[in-house]
Amino acid sequence: MISHLIPRVLSKLLIPLIMLFALYVQFHGDYGPGGGFQAGVIFGAGIILYSLLFGLDQAKEVFPPRVLEIFVAGGVLLYGGVGIAAIFAGGNFLDYDVLAHDPHHGQHLGILLVELGVGITVAAVMATIFFQFAGRGRTDD
Amino acid sequence: MLDIVHLVLFTFLAVVAVAIIRLKDLFAAVMLMGIFSLLSASLFTVMDAVDVAFTEAAVGAGISTILMLATLALTESEEEPKYNRFKILPLIAVVLTGAVLVFATFDMPRYGDPEAPIHQHVAPHYIEHTDDEIGVPNMVTAVLASYRGYDTWGETTVIFTACVGVMLLLGGHAIVERFRRRRKLDVEGDS
Repeated sequence: MISHLIPRVLSKLLIPLIMLFALYVQFHGDYGPGGGFQAGVIFGAGIILYSLLFGLDQAKEVFPPRVLEIFVAGGVLLYGGVGIAAIFAGGNFLDYDVLAHDPHHGQHLGILLVELGVGITVAAVMATIFFQFAGRGRTDD
Repeated sequence: MLDIVHLVLFTFLAVVAVAIIRLKDLFAAVMLMGIFSLLSASLFTVMDAVDVAFTEAAVGAGISTILMLATLALTESEEEPKYNRFKILPLIAVVLTGAVLVFATFDMPRYGDPEAPIHQHVAPHYIEHTDDEIGVPNMVTAVLASYRGYDTWGETTVIFTACVGVMLLLGGHAIVERFRRRRKLDVEGDS
């Protein structure tokens, strides 16, 4: 594999910032533009950039596909879990009002968790789909 | 001033779209599709839809371009010439459909019209009550995650399903191998 020295060094600077920005978009979605989906895509793009520059094998060691599979399902389950939790707290499915002692806090908590679920699923899905595409046609698959 | 920006962006969009259709080199077409998405994202920003612009820039210009490139790496990056013959019937069908669509736009409300039907249904409720019902400053997030929580839940499942589909189609071979190996081990263990 050709060693792309300058892109590699630059991406080492950029990838942590991209992932930090993804977390900012994730948890600042209540106040500014963005939310779980955008954050997940940005985080996934960070993973993809890493695997483009450092090779698929190393990327699979850093982000193991088995763990990503768990995150793919885990995000959806977190979203659904918040809905079920609302039922157990005495409300309707995905009715966040009952999640905390007053409706506003409940809404904040519910939106935060739900967006986190979306973000986890989307980031893991983007990375998994890319890994599937990039790993296609290799001898070890 | 804003009209000029709109005009320039829409012109570029049209030019890029025509270029994508005309190009035989699929690699260049994929690159132009990324530019198309970036132009759309700029348009959404100018139209004050920052959340949509954000998504378009990240998904359209970023991820889908890379996925398209990955697909090209697996297939050919040159278009098959057999689809390039000029046919009169498809042209008529496309022109007619386009004319009907353009004709339909005359009935649509003007951009940003407060009297438009879409602004009369549930939108006033969201605008008036987001603050006391949800208490989240970003109204888009409030609508997406709370008022329309069911929709977003559905969308998340759609993404999940898409991932499962890709894993089965592209990685299905590996999964079958994994099961076969496990079954072989089981059989050997039994005997």
